[in-house]
Amino acid sequence: MKVYVAIKRVIDPYVKVRVKSDGSGVETANVKMSMNPFCEIAVEEAIRLREAGHADEVVVVSAGEAACQEQLRTALALGADRAIHIETDAVVEPLSVAKLLAALVKQDQPELFILGKQSIDTDNNQVAQMLSALLGYPQGTFASKVRVEGDDVTNKEGQSINVTREVDGGLETLRLTLPAILSTDLRLNEPRYASLPNIMKAKKKPLDVITPEALGVEIKNHQEVIEILAPTQRAGGIKVDSVAELVDKLKNSAKVI
Amino acid sequence: MTILVIAEHDNHRLGGETLKSVGAVSTLQQSIDVLVIGSQCQSVIEEASSIGGITRVLVADNLNYKDQLAENCAQLIAELAKDYSHIVAPATTFGKNLLPRVAALLDVGVLSDVVTIESEDTVIRPIYAGNALARVRSRDSKVLMTLRGSAFDAASLGNTQAEQKRVDIAIGNDLSEFVERQVSESERPELTAARVVISGGRALGSKENFGLIEQLADKLDGAIGASRAAVDAGYISNDFQVGQTGKIVAPELYIAVGISGAIQHLAGMKDAKVIVAINSDPEAPIFDIADYGLVGDLFDILPELIDSV
Repeated sequence: MKVYVAIKRVIDPYVKVRVKSDGSGVETANVKMSMNPFCEIAVEEAIRLREAGHADEVVVVSAGEAACQEQLRTALALGADRAIHIETDAVVEPLSVAKLLAALVKQDQPELFILGKQSIDTDNNQVAQMLSALLGYPQGTFASKVRVEGDDVTNKEGQSINVTREVDGGLETLRLTLPAILSTDLRLNEPRYASLPNIMKAKKKPLDVITPEALGVEIKNHQEVIEILAPTQRAGGIKVDSVAELVDKLKNSAKVI
Repeated sequence: MTILVIAEHDNHRLGGETLKSVGAVSTLQQSIDVLVIGSQCQSVIEEASSIGGITRVLVADNLNYKDQLAENCAQLIAELAKDYSHIVAPATTFGKNLLPRVAALLDVGVLSDVVTIESEDTVIRPIYAGNALARVRSRDSKVLMTLRGSAFDAASLGNTQAEQKRVDIAIGNDLSEFVERQVSESERPELTAARVVISGGRALGSKENFGLIEQLADKLDGAIGASRAAVDAGYISNDFQVGQTGKIVAPELYIAVGISGAIQHLAGMKDAKVIVAINSDPEAPIFDIADYGLVGDLFDILPELIDSV
């Protein structure tokens, strides 16, 4: 089966983001960028499915500015077979990303599409669900375990996939008919690192660049970001010297116990 | 102008987050309908009907909706959408799974994890793990939102009875099938609704030592939370994780024990009224936001604290 993975270039999760003073956004100049951590997990899962003999091709896709190709190369170095860059400088909201990905799916018919559950910049948690809706496919969101039924990857008849999802209060397992869309939760796997030889090899792997127009998708903005604000800072606290002092403060100053 | 609130429930009880959602949209001063989708969920319908301030309860009670799977539930909501200007759901795993699917069927966007509703079309929502806030205006004809429960007051359950209206649309689902559910049992208050939360991190060192967190929680009638490190180390199951990728809590008192305070964790608890940090590292970032910090070995401090509260 063919597995598609969507990846997003975001500000590195360990960078402390700074809101611009004019309210126009967060500071991105000279800030380290990386692959969204949930997308790394998606890439890893796809590669594991291929290693287990369930997948025969892993394709990675990213939509955005030219620099996204860095993250696509990273995914190729991790083991993806080929990459597609949907190049656009526009702000692409979740629904637009879902439409772009849906157009690719209609052309290439992958049996499985794995996405991260949310990107750590916009924190939307929407694209996988929207993509599933546009295609009329089942969705396995917040997946922490994926099990493919039937080992014969060439036999697509009647294949299904079991997905254990992280839900509030526990875990839930669903059986989805293929083709299906998955979104990854943190505990699905531990992503590998790219080795230097694989980084070199990745430079020779195919990376196709296409435009939203070529996919017949018009990028529309459903939302207008009026302003980006810094959250209110908490007033600096104090350090206490003993448990007795702490309990006294909680009882008598804060009055919370 | 009518608002549809999607109720979260388990076919027996209404989820508390639904009341928060109704409370959140009540500021818009529109009539509010609550939609209950499920199977044999009469007790939920009764409970939902008594939510203060709502007009009607729409009831889609059908075997097809037993497990409330996104595939057919989203389609049902999309079919009901024409009568509504706003469709909202709690920003729980249930709401997050469902609402974006509805949105794509309607060709509109979703405002995720809203913390402030400023007007009919403008909200504030956190981005970058809560390190920035975005004031966003929807340009869509219908506004879809998931609402962060910890940011809103719950609507009350009253003596009034809202009108109940049956929805006779039975949509099947041959795309997905429910297999099983593993529920984490807990006698303690629910994490997202608790007045006091005690969270443990990697420094606890073992599952057994996490018992100290439980003892303190029981003393304070609080809920237990955890950092991702504690969950990954297997000290506690992942539905106790507090943070950007776990639960968002805003209790009156949050006690972080052996948690360094990575930004992903802070995203889940920095709106607590009072934060206490107990950590052996005086440089740990958690002390930057803690109202009261105590530097020291948690294995000395915790037993003493358990004895003195």
